[in-house]
Amino acid sequence: MKKIIKYVIADILRNKIVLAYTLCLFVFSFSIFNLEDNTSKGLLGLLNIILIIVPLISIIFSAIYVYNSAEFIELLVSQPLLRKQIWISLFSGLTVSLVVAFLLGVAIPVCIYEPTAVGLTILIVGVLLTIIFIAIAMLATLLTRDKAKGIGIVILLWLCFSLLFDGLVLFLEFQFADYPMEKIMIGISMLNPIDLGRILVLLKMDVSALMGYTGAVFKNFFGTSWGFASSILVMLIWIFVPVVISIVRFNKKDM
Amino acid sequence: MNMHLTILLLLFFSVNTANANIIRVGKKNIATITEAIAIAKRYDTIFVEKGIYKEHNLVIDKPVYLMGLDKPLLDGESKYEIISVKADSVTVDGFRLQHSAISSIVDYAGIKIYNKHKVTIINNILEDTFFGVYVQYGIDCVIKNNTLVAHQKEEQQSGNGIHCWKSDSIQIINNTVSGHRDGIYFEFVTHSLIWRNFSHENLRYGLHFMFSNDDTYITNTFEGNGSGVSVMFSHGVKMFNNLFRKNWGDGAYGILFKEISDSYGQGNIFENNTTGVYMEGASRIDFQKNTFKHNGWALKIQASCMDINLHHNNFIANTFDVATNGSLVLNNFNENYWDKYEGYDLNKDKFGDVPYHPVSMYSMIIEKNPTAVLLFRSFITSLMDKTEKIMPGLTPENLKDNRPLMKPVL
Repeated sequence: MKKIIKYVIADILRNKIVLAYTLCLFVFSFSIFNLEDNTSKGLLGLLNIILIIVPLISIIFSAIYVYNSAEFIELLVSQPLLRKQIWISLFSGLTVSLVVAFLLGVAIPVCIYEPTAVGLTILIVGVLLTIIFIAIAMLATLLTRDKAKGIGIVILLWLCFSLLFDGLVLFLEFQFADYPMEKIMIGISMLNPIDLGRILVLLKMDVSALMGYTGAVFKNFFGTSWGFASSILVMLIWIFVPVVISIVRFNKKDM
Repeated sequence: MNMHLTILLLLFFSVNTANANIIRVGKKNIATITEAIAIAKRYDTIFVEKGIYKEHNLVIDKPVYLMGLDKPLLDGESKYEIISVKADSVTVDGFRLQHSAISSIVDYAGIKIYNKHKVTIINNILEDTFFGVYVQYGIDCVIKNNTLVAHQKEEQQSGNGIHCWKSDSIQIINNTVSGHRDGIYFEFVTHSLIWRNFSHENLRYGLHFMFSNDDTYITNTFEGNGSGVSVMFSHGVKMFNNLFRKNWGDGAYGILFKEISDSYGQGNIFENNTTGVYMEGASRIDFQKNTFKHNGWALKIQASCMDINLHHNNFIANTFDVATNGSLVLNNFNENYWDKYEGYDLNKDKFGDVPYHPVSMYSMIIEKNPTAVLLFRSFITSLMDKTEKIMPGLTPENLKDNRPLMKPVL
């Protein structure tokens, strides 16, 4: 299993896309902090990158990688190896390389310019989102053999999580504006890892605004260490569940 | 020659009036302050030595200078009003007062001034008093360098720190007030000065005044009070270089202006409040060179305000800059610095060439539907904000800064 992970990482490094990704993140984060005169605006720019770019790159890159290594996977399957192990190794290889890329690109500038609770939360959220979207991408690739279709599905999923879901939530809020929606909204936000990550950062960044009445309800939930722990837990579930489902499907898959 | 004589005569009489005695209260001398006041003549000085004095209700009914040496302790035993000042020109200096009575019918206080002139309360420490210093119909009174600490729990069963009612020309300088209902409370107080006070962690407001015209507030700090600062129904209010910090909650404001007119604010700092400034029914206010930093909403200005002139203020790192509840704008927002401004300055005159709209669409949405705060900073809301900036539909079009500054005002 270790050998496969090593091979996957070496393979990913060889194709240089991840290196370019690291470099881009690094340059972006540095320039964001340098361009703005106050670091909180820099963090805001960084937040946008983490909530939009990081999931997009993670999901598309992983999907393409899995499709491209279809022959390699077939080869491995023909060997006396557990299918579960092959799939987990693939997932781990992708995770390690993308997380390291993210940390190299973002953690260094954040540690230099904003080594605060907000900066740390942004890093945690970024790492978790990277892993979640790798897991989702790997599950999506099992849905269809067709590469173009698969990538289409993956992009659609990203669009759902980053844009359409929020639109729907906003719509619901206005439809049910007369009802006490605060508690329900907490539940709904659990259904979207990007929202969850955003709220975690928000609680560190915009505490003052969130102390209004409705905000205080959210703050009382997410802002406590219990809430923080449970949000992290839900994000871990967002990793765990797609991985488990994809393992089951991969086990049954007809090569 | 005649004038010289007059001066000589004046000197003679003034020396005569200053011919005051010193009376000492302590273990070796007179035992109680009440006795000392009884035997004192007008304008005598009473020195009180260190010790614990249980005077029940100490009534000062003649003009004396009451001076505590090494902070003697006056205990109200939770049954009495500690000091009642019922004479003009009294000074109470250097005492420690504790445990006044608490009542929901009578306003017991640590020190209460009854309808008198020129009373001075300085260098005292008041602990666990119901009302701290209470001025009723006072004129030319000075309250200076006092520390008032209480640990009250409920608004209904607590008194104010410094409470002034129907007074004029009061000076409140360098006091620290905490744990009361309102730190400083004014009702019908005019021509007064509030300077260098620190009012923090009070249950309701740090500063609260109504019907108090022509007062001046300079370099005070109001921090972490239950509902911030609230001022109402007054005109001629002048505020310089005050600091309003960390007032958190739905009904908490750095400062709330309700029905305030003809007033002036300069150099104040609003930091980390849920709402920095909230204006309702305010008119003819000049607000300049103030700094709004890290607030949830820097400024909430209701459509009922008119002729508010906001200029040369800094808006830095606020979640929302301005929120309003209508489309009517009778106020002027020109020449401020907004850190969210994305325009340019081609002719280098230090003013941005395109107007800035400080009301974001999303702040309007939250105003209507507070739950939507959860979607803040998401992709869809920034998209909506950007569209709204290009084609304003929901936000009041006239609420804009036509000449936004490119650099912050120092």
